[in-house]
Amino acid sequence: MSAETSSAAAIGEVEGVSLYDTDHPAPLIEAPRKRTKKTPKSTRTNFELYGWLFMRLSGIVLVVLVLGHLLIQLVLDGGVSKIGFAFVAGRWASPFWQIWDLTMLWLAMLHGANGLRTVINDYAQRDNTRFWLKMLLYTATVFTVLLGTLVIFTFDPNIR
Amino acid sequence: MPAGTLYRGREGMWSWVAHRVTGVLIFFFLFVHVLDTALVRVSPEAYDKVVATYKTPIVACLEYGLVAAILFHALNGLRIIAVDFWSKGPRLQKQMLWTVVVIWLVLMVGALYPVLGHAARELFGS
Repeated sequence: MSAETSSAAAIGEVEGVSLYDTDHPAPLIEAPRKRTKKTPKSTRTNFELYGWLFMRLSGIVLVVLVLGHLLIQLVLDGGVSKIGFAFVAGRWASPFWQIWDLTMLWLAMLHGANGLRTVINDYAQRDNTRFWLKMLLYTATVFTVLLGTLVIFTFDPNIR
Repeated sequence: MPAGTLYRGREGMWSWVAHRVTGVLIFFFLFVHVLDTALVRVSPEAYDKVVATYKTPIVACLEYGLVAAILFHALNGLRIIAVDFWSKGPRLQKQMLWTVVVIWLVLMVGALYPVLGHAARELFGS
């Protein structure tokens, strides 16, 4: 390219006149992906990351709680044949086993509900089906957790 | 339904399938188990009556199946944690699965008498 073609004089009268100068600056054009006040608030959160982490952390705790529970209920001291109202009353007389069972209930229900949520998301293809299956799951989960918590806290060994 | 999507992923895929199936089964049992335990708030008789069904030979076999599902889910869950957080985990995932299977088999043999012993005595006499 020669020096003449790139100079303002070579472009011609109309094109050569600049619309902007120091008193009339050109409008600022935002960078394409710049976040401004007008950008809609993102609905993305780290929920799935925390869900993933919860499955692993609760899983480690549940291995201890659930395998201990199975050992006590199904293996030690005659296995399942010893279980009855009197046996439950004996164990829940101790706050240690109340807290054990309460922690196990909450962690297992949330761990299981999150697992089933993943399964529903994977296999239910229609939006409506997926929505209602998850509503059913959440309803059953809240009901079960609250019922179990109520039973542990209001247990009365002298009910009769 | 999507067609022709059988992913032949060997140990990795089948342990994933087994983890899902056992997880769903355990969750459904947990739901029932909280309901049956809630009967202690109704009356000792109502609770003992339902627990009596847990002591029948048929349900004892289901309990053995429940123990099988829980033990696999627990052991394979620890393997998944190792794959995710241990630097050598992904490379050793197959060896870890077979370790899980061996430990599971040993524990299942160990659970035979405690879980099914009373059912066997009831069926065949002591």
